[in-house]
Amino acid sequence: MSKVHIRARVNGDPVEFLAEQGMTLLDALRDELGLTGAKEGCGSGDCGACSIMVDERLVCSCLMLAPEAEGRRIETIEGMARDGGLHPLQRKFLEHAALQCGFCTPGLLVAAKALLDQNPDPTETETRFWLAGNLCRCTGYDKVIRAVMDAAAELRQAHSA
Amino acid sequence: MSQLQYYAPGSVEDAVKALGAGGRAMSGGTDLLVQLRAGRLPPGPIVDLKNVAGTQGIRQENGGWIIGAATPAALLGEHAGLVAAWPGVVEGAGLIGSTQIQNRASLAGNLCNASPAADSVPALIAARATCIVAGPGGRREVPVQAIVTGVGKTSLGPGEFVLEIRLPPRPPRAADAYLRAIPRTEMDIAVAGAGADIVLDEAGVCQDVRVVLGAVAPTAVIVAGASAALVGFRLDEAALERLDSAAQVVCRPISDKRGTVEYRTRIAGVLARRAVAIAWERAEKRA
Ligand SMILES: Cc1cc2nc3c(=O)[nH]c(=O)nc-3n(C[C@H](O)[C@H](O)[C@H](O)COP(=O)(O)OP(=O)(O)OC[C@H]3O[C@@H](n4cnc5c(N)ncnc54)[C@H](O)[C@@H]3O)c2cc1C
Ligand code: FES
Ligand code: FES
Repeated sequence: MSKVHIRARVNGDPVEFLAEQGMTLLDALRDELGLTGAKEGCGSGDCGACSIMVDERLVCSCLMLAPEAEGRRIETIEGMARDGGLHPLQRKFLEHAALQCGFCTPGLLVAAKALLDQNPDPTETETRFWLAGNLCRCTGYDKVIRAVMDAAAELRQAHSA
Repeated sequence: MSQLQYYAPGSVEDAVKALGAGGRAMSGGTDLLVQLRAGRLPPGPIVDLKNVAGTQGIRQENGGWIIGAATPAALLGEHAGLVAAWPGVVEGAGLIGSTQIQNRASLAGNLCNASPAADSVPALIAARATCIVAGPGGRREVPVQAIVTGVGKTSLGPGEFVLEIRLPPRPPRAADAYLRAIPRTEMDIAVAGAGADIVLDEAGVCQDVRVVLGAVAPTAVIVAGASAALVGFRLDEAALERLDSAAQVVCRPISDKRGTVEYRTRIAGVLARRAVAIAWERAEKRA
């Protein structure tokens, strides 16, 4: 099968790559672009470990085909830390020990950032519903939720300061 | 799956040609890609409809609404005008999957996947929504309930696809609602669902009603006895009791891990009552 040539913007940088037409965007990110932060937990849209942003929308990259990325702006976990400094969400995940094995963490961080970017002051219930598509087999979610709420508070303070 | 061919036409004509040549329609891909990967569908070339002119966006025309067939469900919930006019349709679409799935899943995909439990379908049928179907013979407008003919089966012919979903204009004192029951609070498939659309007269008496149930038969079913139960009456316990019975009569569910025949039938009656009560209250507020 002929491969297709795809041009997109990934974490701010223009990229070009070749991919099989029926390849998922998740596989293209991992195998063609070497961005292995997004994980495949299920391959069926259930676990959210593959979460990325496409044109500022949170999606499962396992349910998108690589050619669909043509011309799009993609953000992955690799773009979250800026200038060597962790994003407040990343710091709070460490502080609150919101991970054990870490397999769900990239997806949870991308999804949580998407929430805080559009709603800086979510309630705990809103946060739990927003993150319902991100499964974690280790933490029991409580620490994840505390980390997100704490990061949200810090970001609000930084904003008003 | 990576060996599949992918094609994203820009025009209706090119899409019809590619589908006629044996391609599989894809909107959000949240059903299609899962099924292809699981081997539940034989592999075939994928025709992505998202770039086809007319399949994206929400607009108002002659008082009614036109929703591009591949528009992601999240955009419905973000559209204040549509939420105000058709809260029940938006509720149904808004229940599909997680935040991630919402940004991809479409009404046309939910409908044409032809699952008995599709959450947007009962509300669309209750709303008397129609589909604009494009195909080799041009375009035709069909009621939503004429699309799905059985589990996983549609009435679409070779080369045909759904281009738009249309919702009619709203009379005053009209409103809709959708409710479903699932074993958890999020990320599960309906045990039963109920969509209701209701029109009241100036005195608050029911003038017109349509109630549609999901997940209790091979396709969504219209509650035939809803008009007899409610039209000409005010909202009271007796009216809801009649509706409950009428709803249970049309149920032909299966038993599975989510619920037995008896449970699904009972819960369908309860959901029908509650959906009607919510739609009724909304309609009264629009007086
Ligand atoms: C994790 C997860 C959770 C989910 N939760 C729910 C839920 O709670 N409720 C629910 O109802 N569904 C749920 N779904 C199923 C699915 O997301 C919905 O049915 C969705 O609306 C499908 O839309 P789509 O655009 O992704 O369809 P696609 O996958 O693109 O297509 C689905 C089917 O419709 C056909 N098709 C697509 N577009 C057209 C068109 N324009 N014209 C003709 N045929 C077309 C395709 O060929 C395919 O057979 C879930 C799925 C996942 C992965
Ligand atoms: S790998 Fe994509 S949702 Fe699980
Ligand atoms: S930390 Fe292991 S799955 Fe979440």
